[in-house]
Amino acid sequence: MEKRLLEVNNLKQYFNTGSKNEVRAVNDVSFHINEGETFGLVGESGSGKSTTGRTIIRLNQQTDGEILFDGKDVAKIHGKAALTEFRRDVQMIFQDPYASLNPRMKVKEIIAEGIDVNGLAKTPKERDKIVNDLLETVGLNPSHGTRYPHEFSGGQRQRIGIARALAVRPRFIICDEPISALDVSIQAQVVNLLQDLQKEHNLTYLFIAHDLSMVKHISDRIGVMNNGHLLEVGTSDEIYHYGVHPYTESLLSAIPMPDPDHERQRRRIKYQTEPHDGKARSLREIASGHYIYSSEDEVAYYKKKLQHLKSEKAMAV
Amino acid sequence: MEKILEVNNLTISFDTYAGKVRAIRGVDFDLNKGETLAIVGESGSGKSVTTRTIMRLLSSNANIDEGQILFKGQNIVDKSEKEMQKIRGREIAMIFQDPMTSLDPTMTIGKQVAESLRKHKKVSKKESLQEALDLLNLVGIPDAEKRLKNYPHQFSGGQRQRIVIAIALICNPEILIADEPTTALDVTIQAQILELLKEIQEKIETSIIFITHDLGVVANVADRVAVMYAGKIIEVGTAEEIFYNPQHPYTWGLLGSMPTLESEDDRLYAIPGSPPDLLDPPKGDAFYPRNEFALKIDAEMEPPFFELSNTHKAATWLLAPQAPAVNPPAEIQRRWDIFRKKQNQYSA
Repeated sequence: MEKRLLEVNNLKQYFNTGSKNEVRAVNDVSFHINEGETFGLVGESGSGKSTTGRTIIRLNQQTDGEILFDGKDVAKIHGKAALTEFRRDVQMIFQDPYASLNPRMKVKEIIAEGIDVNGLAKTPKERDKIVNDLLETVGLNPSHGTRYPHEFSGGQRQRIGIARALAVRPRFIICDEPISALDVSIQAQVVNLLQDLQKEHNLTYLFIAHDLSMVKHISDRIGVMNNGHLLEVGTSDEIYHYGVHPYTESLLSAIPMPDPDHERQRRRIKYQTEPHDGKARSLREIASGHYIYSSEDEVAYYKKKLQHLKSEKAMAV
Repeated sequence: MEKILEVNNLTISFDTYAGKVRAIRGVDFDLNKGETLAIVGESGSGKSVTTRTIMRLLSSNANIDEGQILFKGQNIVDKSEKEMQKIRGREIAMIFQDPMTSLDPTMTIGKQVAESLRKHKKVSKKESLQEALDLLNLVGIPDAEKRLKNYPHQFSGGQRQRIVIAIALICNPEILIADEPTTALDVTIQAQILELLKEIQEKIETSIIFITHDLGVVANVADRVAVMYAGKIIEVGTAEEIFYNPQHPYTWGLLGSMPTLESEDDRLYAIPGSPPDLLDPPKGDAFYPRNEFALKIDAEMEPPFFELSNTHKAATWLLAPQAPAVNPPAEIQRRWDIFRKKQNQYSA
């Protein structure tokens, strides 16, 4: 029986509520993440995926809806002890390796900060050992601890960010576009590292990104977001091979592959914006574990589309 | 094929507080008329420095130690700043990665697009704005006439990049250098911009040098590909040759690091380590410490280019006649199989 570590129910995050500039960044989003799995949240700029991650970790105060971490309502966590525990359990790795490390702190101080705040080391010697072990875990070495962030490359800084997140022994890590700013071969190194760590420490990840190929590789399940809504949710294979929401299709058809023959044949599907027909839409199941943002009368159409797609691919094999 | 640009033995160093950084260490390549040449490499490979040298846009601490850049029979390296100003924006144009920092936030876009034309050719303000309008329509800015008086911040990222492309094209340059033009853009916007560049190339017959680290984009746009590492070109060939018959272990590493639809592998093939410090370039092959297929000679002597065809060559000792046979990673074998099948098709 899989344990739901994170549950997001009807989450809304609006900014400038009520004014002319109201931005409905996250507009009624629901999904869950099981313990030990990686959930990929995919979308383009302005889709609301980063805001979703930041609201889960309480960097924003949600406008409406419910976030349950290990069964507890995140918005209702009060008091220093409870909040500290939450911040130990849930950590974040940020997108910009140049902006997310304090330039005035040495690397070992950056990593040790969480350890100190949570009293996880009894002596300075123990603390240093934990920091050095972490540096080695992420592929750096103890001598790097005495340097400052500006002395490192983007990939190395991202590793420092990962070490910092791991220092407090979290259960759940929100990775907000952790590799977009990195070169291709460094991306591969960091992704492999994240996967190894997951196996070793039974970590659960929310992996937010716009690079669909990488998301497919690292995620067990994927949610596709656009304009504040979750449009399609399913296993990584299901979404990649059988994504049926028009937006998912447009996204998949736009990805260039390192294969000239494929590129010559690839035809991009253009997405016309969300229909404004006043119909009530929500995530509805069209196959086991495969959900589409649709109105009740659209479900039959999507079910058929999915079946057709599956039988077509089966015949092509 | 008619050559429009020839770069020979380009060698560039930068004077820094830590010493001389040998950023470009003897680079040769040509650009043919009407083609798109992709220069691929990661941070620090020297791809941007190479193209900035073509535009003579290097910082004051840069030295062109050796080499020539031949454009229309003349050596760009020898030209004065005054002469370069006649070439930049007019005969050779450039588009950069971040459209927000390459557009002037205090100038209307109509004026910005027209500026290049007014500077280089004797046209009146009215005429230049008309041309600007034509170009904005060409690059797909909706309601362009109304938007001539808008400022960059009133446009989306993708639209700003289109405006940047319009500025680059207005004087009908023979060479367009695109330095990571879509890296900062979403995948659907990227697709639109790439489609636009191809459309324009067909219409205007510009030759394009396209710099990127995204191999998917390369496969989409490039006729030929040059792979750079640590200040040198290590492999060059047609897109077919590079993607389906890659020979240099670094090229293998790049191709292997990208997850594909086919690969069901749990782990990505990741090149360990990072590029060398060019303050003190190694005497042998710069890729040696990260090369799982390295031979002893790689540590001692830099490999020369070995030619596989008229268009394809790679600087790796693995192609030397005495070199042992190696088994490249599965992903590369898969590509080689595709190449073999194609070869058989043609020879049959």
